[in-house]
Amino acid sequence: MSQTLTTPDISGAAGAPVLEVNDLHVEFRTPHGLVRAVNGITYSVRPGETLAILGESGSGKSVSVQAVMGILDSPPGFVTGGSILFHGQDMLTMPAAQQRVIRGPGIAMVFQDALSSLNPVFSVGHQIGEMYRAHQGASRREAKAKAIELMERVRIPAARERVNDYPHQFSGGMRQRVMIAMALALDPEILIADEPTTALDVTVQAQIMELLNDLQRDTGMGLILITHDLGVVNEVADRVAVMYAGKIVESGTIDEVFTAPTHPYTAGLMSSVPQAETKGTRLQPIKGQPPNLAAIPPGCSFHPRCPHARIGSAAAADQDCAGDVPELREVRPARMAACHYSEEIFGE
Amino acid sequence: MSDTGEPILVVKDLVKHFPLTQGIVFQRTVGHVQAVDGVNLELYPGETMGLVGESGCGKSTVSKLIMGLEKPTSGQILFEGKDVAAMSRRELRRYRRQVQIVFQDPYASLNPRMTVGNIVAEPWDIHPDVVPRKERPRRVRELLDLVGLNPDYANRYPHQFSGGQRQRIGVARALALRPSVLVCDEPVSALDVSVQAQVMNLLEDLQDELGLSYLFIAHDLSVVRHLSDRVAVMYLGRIVESGTHADVYDQPAHPYTQALLSAVPVHEPALRGAKERIVLTGDVPSPADPPSGCRFRTRCWKAQQICVDQDPALVDRGQGHPSACHFAESVEIVHTD
Repeated sequence: MSQTLTTPDISGAAGAPVLEVNDLHVEFRTPHGLVRAVNGITYSVRPGETLAILGESGSGKSVSVQAVMGILDSPPGFVTGGSILFHGQDMLTMPAAQQRVIRGPGIAMVFQDALSSLNPVFSVGHQIGEMYRAHQGASRREAKAKAIELMERVRIPAARERVNDYPHQFSGGMRQRVMIAMALALDPEILIADEPTTALDVTVQAQIMELLNDLQRDTGMGLILITHDLGVVNEVADRVAVMYAGKIVESGTIDEVFTAPTHPYTAGLMSSVPQAETKGTRLQPIKGQPPNLAAIPPGCSFHPRCPHARIGSAAAADQDCAGDVPELREVRPARMAACHYSEEIFGE
Repeated sequence: MSDTGEPILVVKDLVKHFPLTQGIVFQRTVGHVQAVDGVNLELYPGETMGLVGESGCGKSTVSKLIMGLEKPTSGQILFEGKDVAAMSRRELRRYRRQVQIVFQDPYASLNPRMTVGNIVAEPWDIHPDVVPRKERPRRVRELLDLVGLNPDYANRYPHQFSGGQRQRIGVARALALRPSVLVCDEPVSALDVSVQAQVMNLLEDLQDELGLSYLFIAHDLSVVRHLSDRVAVMYLGRIVESGTHADVYDQPAHPYTQALLSAVPVHEPALRGAKERIVLTGDVPSPADPPSGCRFRTRCWKAQQICVDQDPALVDRGQGHPSACHFAESVEIVHTD
């Protein structure tokens, strides 16, 4: 895939992209063989916009942002191709020390499991303040004052009293707020949220999503939201990229992708979700299981599960779903899909 | 489903308090976690009763109490009109055969050192009269086929299967004793969306085929809505609202139910923002020290003095279905997901 596949500017968000990921490849060299977790994905994020990366477990969505954050377990994980540009500079070609200088204040990340992401033996105030001590050389007193300020910003009640509390003294939702406070400490331009609400109850999830939305509006940061929840994506994102077996199979604005999918996988996901009007009817799930990333099917990786797959003599020349890899291409204005027969299946 | 006839399973004023202890040798009880505090449920033959609630509300404890994995502090569980606690050994044996459970975690609930065939056949070690020994290999194949697995997989081990397939193995094991009631404790919450739909379809098909009753416990409101005939909403150890699927989802009367429904993300882009969102403040209080009166009052926007003083009973307050709120008022919900 080439540069031309950069997702077109369809969000209406102003300005040049802050972060551009081009044709990124990540693989894991394990004793059981080569696992190709990310196979050439391309996306960009502009200031103030929210890009959702939607995918099921094992689709490579988390690994792709771990590569961006430089927190890939290496070995066994290796970035084997592509570039990650932050304000036009390729971070992958820089020495590690320089990468840290850029990433530290520029890109921050919130993880799914706040309890295991926080250090249990330090107070939350200490951990939030650490950002200022490490990156700005602040004193302990200054760092603590700023930690309180941040805790108030993420709406932790009684921040001044709770700053010396330890992670186990907070509820799940409050811990996630602490994580968000840490991520916001250095005013990042890009915030990556990896399943930030998956471990939370639905009422708390609503609180956290509202908080992220408000913070984004105030700071104008770009947000990358990794999730498997179609509802959450619809609520907060501007654009969505759907991942399957390490590739983006469809991308576009939320409104368009959700109302009229152009890839059979996206369409299958939509019809798998129980909704008000599906009560009493059978759901239409995607048959089969997601593929093993160590043995991705040839051709279109979705073809064994696809109800529209055309194989052998049924396929057009160079468009055999079991043999020819479909490129991510513009199937409609500002809509990208990686399917040979998108137009025939879903209309123009 | 039909409400005619007797309920097959009745839960009456069920209470479970876990003691909180301090000290190592001489343990003192310093308090109680009121996990379940006066729960009433009725399950009719062939229907699905959904039990929804957030984590920590006690819904899994209810399932453990029904399965006899925990002893209730007080209250009764009646199976076909008989109190389980007063059952004879022989009756209890039958009860345990008739009521089976499907667990949430398909990874932890299957023994990794047993083959799938042995896992499915294991219940017959305890209840050998269900299937004669000679018939067992054939019956295992039938069960695997019934839940949509290749019968030739009987000699494989659990690690060779994906999450969705393992959940099917768990269902096959639960069906081995030909039960009449299946308690499903979050059976699809560990699965991906596309696989989750497959397992939900399987559960529906099995119900049609075998006439099973389900107690379906989940935190996912859309999943419960899809499968259930009747729904009960739990909060902090108590049921706050119950009724038919249409009562609870279309005209919720309890503020907690309303907030819960409003917090579910909308799936239709066109309807984004159409739903009035009630974002609750704060967290669920600790069940070791629940608020006086109404347990939801600390997060409720309708709370007044009476909510502090008086515990609202779960009764019909003019909305056509019971709710536990002094200020119950049904709200029409236009579904947007």
